[in-house]
Amino acid sequence: MRKDGNDMAKLTFKTDLCKGCGLCVAACPKNLLILSKDKINQKGHAPVEITDQEACIGCAFCATMCPDCIITVEK
Amino acid sequence: MIVFDKPKSLTDAPLHYCPGCTHGIIHRLVAEAIDELNIEGKTIGVAPVGCAVMAYDYFACDMVEAAHGRAPAVATGIKRSDPSKIVFTYQGDGDLASIGMAETIHSATRNENITVIFVNNAIYGMTGGQMAPTSLPGQVTQTSPYGRDTNHCGFPVKVCEMLSQLEGPEYLERVAVNNVKNIKKAKAAIKKAFENQVNGKGFSLIEVVSTCPTNWGMTPNDALKWVDENMIPYYPLGVYKDRSNKEDK
Amino acid sequence: MTEKVLMKGNEAIAEAAIKAGCRHYFGYPITPQTEIAAYMAKRMPKIDGVFLQAESEIAAINMVYGVSATGKRVMTSSSSPGIALKSEGLSYLAGADLPALVVNVQRGGPGLGGIQPSQSDYFQATKAGGHGDFKMIVLAPSSVQEMADLTIKGFDLADKYRMTSMILADGTMGQMMEPVEIKENAEINTYDKSWAVTGTECKRQHNIVNSLYLKPELLEKVNVERYERYKQIEENEVMYEEFMMDDAEICVVAFGIAARISQNAIVEARKQGIKVGMIRPITLWPFPKKPLLAAADKVKRFISVELSMGQMIDDIKLATECKKPIDLCTRVGGMIPSPEEVLAKIIEANGGNN
Repeated sequence: MRKDGNDMAKLTFKTDLCKGCGLCVAACPKNLLILSKDKINQKGHAPVEITDQEACIGCAFCATMCPDCIITVEK
Repeated sequence: MIVFDKPKSLTDAPLHYCPGCTHGIIHRLVAEAIDELNIEGKTIGVAPVGCAVMAYDYFACDMVEAAHGRAPAVATGIKRSDPSKIVFTYQGDGDLASIGMAETIHSATRNENITVIFVNNAIYGMTGGQMAPTSLPGQVTQTSPYGRDTNHCGFPVKVCEMLSQLEGPEYLERVAVNNVKNIKKAKAAIKKAFENQVNGKGFSLIEVVSTCPTNWGMTPNDALKWVDENMIPYYPLGVYKDRSNKEDK
Repeated sequence: MTEKVLMKGNEAIAEAAIKAGCRHYFGYPITPQTEIAAYMAKRMPKIDGVFLQAESEIAAINMVYGVSATGKRVMTSSSSPGIALKSEGLSYLAGADLPALVVNVQRGGPGLGGIQPSQSDYFQATKAGGHGDFKMIVLAPSSVQEMADLTIKGFDLADKYRMTSMILADGTMGQMMEPVEIKENAEINTYDKSWAVTGTECKRQHNIVNSLYLKPELLEKVNVERYERYKQIEENEVMYEEFMMDDAEICVVAFGIAARISQNAIVEARKQGIKVGMIRPITLWPFPKKPLLAAADKVKRFISVELSMGQMIDDIKLATECKKPIDLCTRVGGMIPSPEEVLAKIIEANGGNN
């Protein structure tokens, strides 16, 4: 349970499959996603990261926009 | 509880598409529809020639790779061989609206009981960005480097509008996958297109307005905006024919 | 017990296909083979089969591709210009290792040509069915009975080797009426088709019917393996018929309608004391190379009788290693040589002596 009374949501990324396209970043209504500033995955892309897991509302907009099905949303 | 995950009708093969290409979203929507209707075991997909040529590796159901533009004819053969199977084609604009136009129109006019997923991104992606039958007037491509000149090579083909003039097809809808709201609508349309087949209703074609960030020369997010600002005004979204709904366009 | 019935060659093909278990036919109208489509249109609905008139030859062959991918017997038929349109599909069938039966009731060409009989698609059938390295089993009937028998055989070979069998007939063979016996209970072999797309039932990995191999190592491998299979066919499936070859000094080589005409000419030549015989290839691919090479050591001369400007003659030269001279006896454009014309050629080959 989060502070605001909503269920805690959890995002899991298949980071190795991320192509760093940024569609999820733009889709997040809470602006919680960024492309990594310091990591490069095995495909050579800067993968997506979540900046504040606790603030995630689990709307799954990110996963809806992801062309590579790398995001799992739990709530 | 998992509220969003990869549908099981997709294999684990990593998609080869460019970063931000919406083919992946459309693959997922097709797979979600197959999962939700619980038809994976009896579904046979037909892959096109074009960027989605390797779709046969991504869908977990049985798959057939067709020659360029011939997917509806191949699907016709499969469906006529065993009408209890669910048969879909997945085709791009060059495949469906140029080289395969005859197969498209005639499978529609026969009301062939198949589902056609038509990905319209106004360009030939696989070969490196040439003018497509659906490239917009003025659109710069490798083979229209000064912009598509309609006096020289004519106008884009509006597939849903054209097919809606036929008595044959059951259901024609144009959707887009450029934002969450449109993706949800696209999902509903694709699912309905499969449901129609399950219920024996006939030919359903969903035109999905899509992107090609690489060959449009844009970032993936700019490409989504370009869909809103340029593609959708030329290719209005909506239902173009639906026998079960009298309020057709 | 089956009895002989009088049938057109085209109809014999259609009925034999049904007897061979084919329940799917796709085609497009073109003279002189349309009777096959008409026959199928009548019969298929009565036996829970499918006849569908396609929008084009290209669509028809791709419908064939679709049915074949599901593991069922399927056919199409056409005539020369239509076969040219099907060549895309023929190549894809080969690339995906799919069995099919394709009938070419040849007419004169090139281009729109004419509608009278011809054998000028010999190269197209035996060497250039489409792009890429591939072969088709090419069967050349010379009677209505053979139109039927080779159709059944063609389905069998197609399934056995996972490839296209082509019946290479001509307008005369298609239109000719003869008594024919199509066995009610012809032996239909069944072959493993675990590769077919029949739906996974979520119980197995998905099957993929495909001709795309982007890795050159892999594409080379599948081509080499396919040619290993072709080698077996060349070893095991050659069919030909010898006629009066025991003491022959002149060997006529002819297939289809040309063989029937040649046979009459040979009988007449024998009456005149000329030692002439015939080797009639029934499979044009695989070509009966061995009997021709053996004949080359015995006869003085060959005559290739064919309804083309000289296509099979090249294969005869290769098969006989050019050991003996080969004459060409031919009419084209829909014209057919008379037995007298062939006889004149035989007399000429005999040094003008009769």
